[in-house]
Amino acid sequence: MLLIVLLPLIFALFIPIMNKRKEQIHIGYFVIWIPIVIFIFFARYLGADFEPIKQHFNWIPSLHISFDFYLDGLSLLFVLLISGIGALVTLYSIFYLDKSEKLAHFYIYLLMFMSAMLGVVLSDNVFVLYTFWELTSISSFLLIGYWNYKKESRYGALKSMLITVFGGLSMLGGFILLSNITGTTSIQGILSESDVILNHTYLPLILGFVILGAFTKSAQFPFHIWLPDAMEAPTPVSAYLHSATMVKAGIYLIARMSPLFHGYDWFFIVVAGIGILTLCWASFLAVRQTDLKGILAYSTISQLGMIMTMLGIGTEIAVFAAMFHILNHATFKGSLFMVAGIIDHETGTRDIRKLGGLMTLLPISATLAFFGTFSMAGVPLPFLNGFYSKELFFDATLHGSEYSTAIANFIQHALPWLAVFGSIFTFVYSMYFVFGIFRGKAKLEQLPRKPHEAPIGMLISPILLVIGVITIGLFPSLVNGTLLEHAAYAVSGIHEPHKIKFWHGFIPPLYMSLAVVGIGTLLFVTKKKWDTVYKKLSDRFTFNRLYDLLIAKTETVPASITKSYMTGSLRLYAQLIIVAMFIVSIFTLVTSDGFAFLEADPSEIKISELLVAIMMIVAAVGTIVARNNVAAILILGVVGYGLSILFVIYRAPDLALTQLVIETITVALFLLCFYHLPKMKPKQDTVRTKLINAAISIGFGTLLTLVAISAHSSKWFPSISEYFIETSHTLGGGDNVVNVILVDMRGLDTLFEITVLGIAALGIYSLIKIRKNKEVD
Amino acid sequence: MRIPNDLILRTTTNLIAFILLAFSIYLFLAGHSSPGGGFVGGLMTSAAFVLMYMAYGFETVRKIIPINFRLFIPIGLTVALLTGLGSFVFNQPFLSHTFAYFHLPIFGEKELATALLFDLGVYLTVIGVTMTIILSIAEDRE
Repeated sequence: MLLIVLLPLIFALFIPIMNKRKEQIHIGYFVIWIPIVIFIFFARYLGADFEPIKQHFNWIPSLHISFDFYLDGLSLLFVLLISGIGALVTLYSIFYLDKSEKLAHFYIYLLMFMSAMLGVVLSDNVFVLYTFWELTSISSFLLIGYWNYKKESRYGALKSMLITVFGGLSMLGGFILLSNITGTTSIQGILSESDVILNHTYLPLILGFVILGAFTKSAQFPFHIWLPDAMEAPTPVSAYLHSATMVKAGIYLIARMSPLFHGYDWFFIVVAGIGILTLCWASFLAVRQTDLKGILAYSTISQLGMIMTMLGIGTEIAVFAAMFHILNHATFKGSLFMVAGIIDHETGTRDIRKLGGLMTLLPISATLAFFGTFSMAGVPLPFLNGFYSKELFFDATLHGSEYSTAIANFIQHALPWLAVFGSIFTFVYSMYFVFGIFRGKAKLEQLPRKPHEAPIGMLISPILLVIGVITIGLFPSLVNGTLLEHAAYAVSGIHEPHKIKFWHGFIPPLYMSLAVVGIGTLLFVTKKKWDTVYKKLSDRFTFNRLYDLLIAKTETVPASITKSYMTGSLRLYAQLIIVAMFIVSIFTLVTSDGFAFLEADPSEIKISELLVAIMMIVAAVGTIVARNNVAAILILGVVGYGLSILFVIYRAPDLALTQLVIETITVALFLLCFYHLPKMKPKQDTVRTKLINAAISIGFGTLLTLVAISAHSSKWFPSISEYFIETSHTLGGGDNVVNVILVDMRGLDTLFEITVLGIAALGIYSLIKIRKNKEVD
Repeated sequence: MRIPNDLILRTTTNLIAFILLAFSIYLFLAGHSSPGGGFVGGLMTSAAFVLMYMAYGFETVRKIIPINFRLFIPIGLTVALLTGLGSFVFNQPFLSHTFAYFHLPIFGEKELATALLFDLGVYLTVIGVTMTIILSIAEDRE
């Protein structure tokens, strides 16, 4: 199974080679065999006596990450959809995309996506699932931005990327929590630990994270905004990714995880609540769209909301209806997208206001669209599969379980009404779609191209899909026992044979369907009278504005924050560094009770030491207040010489010698450099700046004093110096302990210190010489 | 360039420079047993050279002492490094030193330590560094 999952990816590697011969033959003919092979491979498992299959391939065993594949009814349904519709879409794309397009790019992305999607639905390991999940996001990003010279394509690609990756990352968080709590990375293993997770304190967090991932991917409210913008992709991509497969990844995730959360009220509230909200909101907005693919995008969102609602309800009948509708939606929505693509291709526009009266010009497409839309609307006709799943949906909303919380019960009671409301608008936009294009007066002069029927190759795929619609409509038991029952069993865990019938008798779902058709027809006929409603809320209730604002703010707000402290002023940076050090050190001193003051130890203070110290203090203050730079340098020298006197007093002859010479050299160098500098101007600081500077310096000085006292007062270990003094002569052969330490015991330090000196000298040399050469040039 | 008449400075320099040079060599050699060492010795030698430069000007001193002081830096570093590497020959860790007592013809019983070689590296580097810095800046006529 690993090979079959990675087959598209491996094949994609060879596409650049084939691209060399693209003048002779369309690359699509090479690619189309891949999904067909995969479809045949998985179609073998169809049948009433299907048993789940598990396979294991090592990847990173030390982290318990392995390619575990698990094929049960749910996965089987999805892999058949992915490969089946994949094959049809590839066939369609051969006729849709001209040879002048960048075909190699298109098919590589498409195959990448196919692999990723197969991986998502087959993986049993949460981290492998996540890997494939993100691969679908990336390949979808590439496909949406396929015509990257268009601004809208780039905008749509970025938007979908940001939203789905946001959800993907939160899903990863949920997965990490799940695998940590249960101690396993296998999905089946996690599902079997349902009790542990349901009683865990992190349950709401896990649910939130996982649901966020599923909702962003499946374009649920309010993350649905990326899907209409993703319609900038080529139509085969829209048909494949954004109606049949990728947007169902979220559905798959919820279905896969629902045994875990079954019986948890909040799962119902969030999934069914948001699902029904999405259904109503998107079907309501779909009527407003003028772009064919826009209508279909909102329609997809609303249908996904419907499936989500059924999964949220989670009763056996609801799960079965959800599985049924996943299949049905893939068939009719795929065909509708292809019809929209044909119309775009043949007339040059997708604007429904310019279209009309194309029935006689495009009779085959019109027929296909008729079956697709009527199935989508759930019109009660025995050859339309949409009606069956819609009726099951109504049935499921009527027979929910009882919940302990009031809010869950409220949603439970509101569900049937909202379902009917959403379905009415579904009916309206379906009719709007089909009649808007094919009925009415033809406005041929407005069309960029003279319309005529599409080539037969382009029609094969939608015809096959519509045949699927009709076949499932006429003989629902064909897919029932072989596929859907296994899928429903995988989700709900209950094995119950279903008999899907067209006629159930006079029961509430039938009345609901009749009400939908009746009110829907009424609303559609009177559409012109009430669709001014949309103008009023046109821009007010859109999440696109929120998204755009958010994106704009993520650029401007950090920029202004950065500008507020990255001013380019070294003075400010130094202040920030010192203040940060001060705060952290004082905080540590206070909280860890680190300050210590030992009075017992201090030696006597001699008068000479005191005099030198006073001299140094006076000189230091003098440096600060000096108005002349030469004076400041000379007074600074006093501090240095004072230090060397201190070294003498504290019996460090080597240090005193070195300090004396170095101080002399430093002062000389300072004078040499300042000779070239302009005269120092007294800085005109405000009183406030002066006070701040004074506060910072005094604070920092105090801090260092405190740290020094504290360090001196707490001796934890005896000093190592005794060892040096004892062994200086015997081991080092010298009596000058300092020198023996420098060249013998710690010679490595000295080696690198003289290296530092050498680097400094060469640095100064090159700074001066290079500057000269530059100026000569 | 106008050469100032600084006879007294030059005369005293003739004397003092050599005293300084001698003192610096003393500091360098005596460093192991009394205050001094390669660092101070190097600085003191540089001081002698700087004094000569101050008294006689760059052109003259460059003619008398035709040495490129920049070369002292790599030479000194190499000497110090080779001293360290030398301990590998005797199967010892890097920078292991040893010492022994020798009877020398004139000086009598004297101690010689490999640490002195390392100090020689320090000495040469410090001369190179100090002279490079001072000469680069002082010769800069911009």
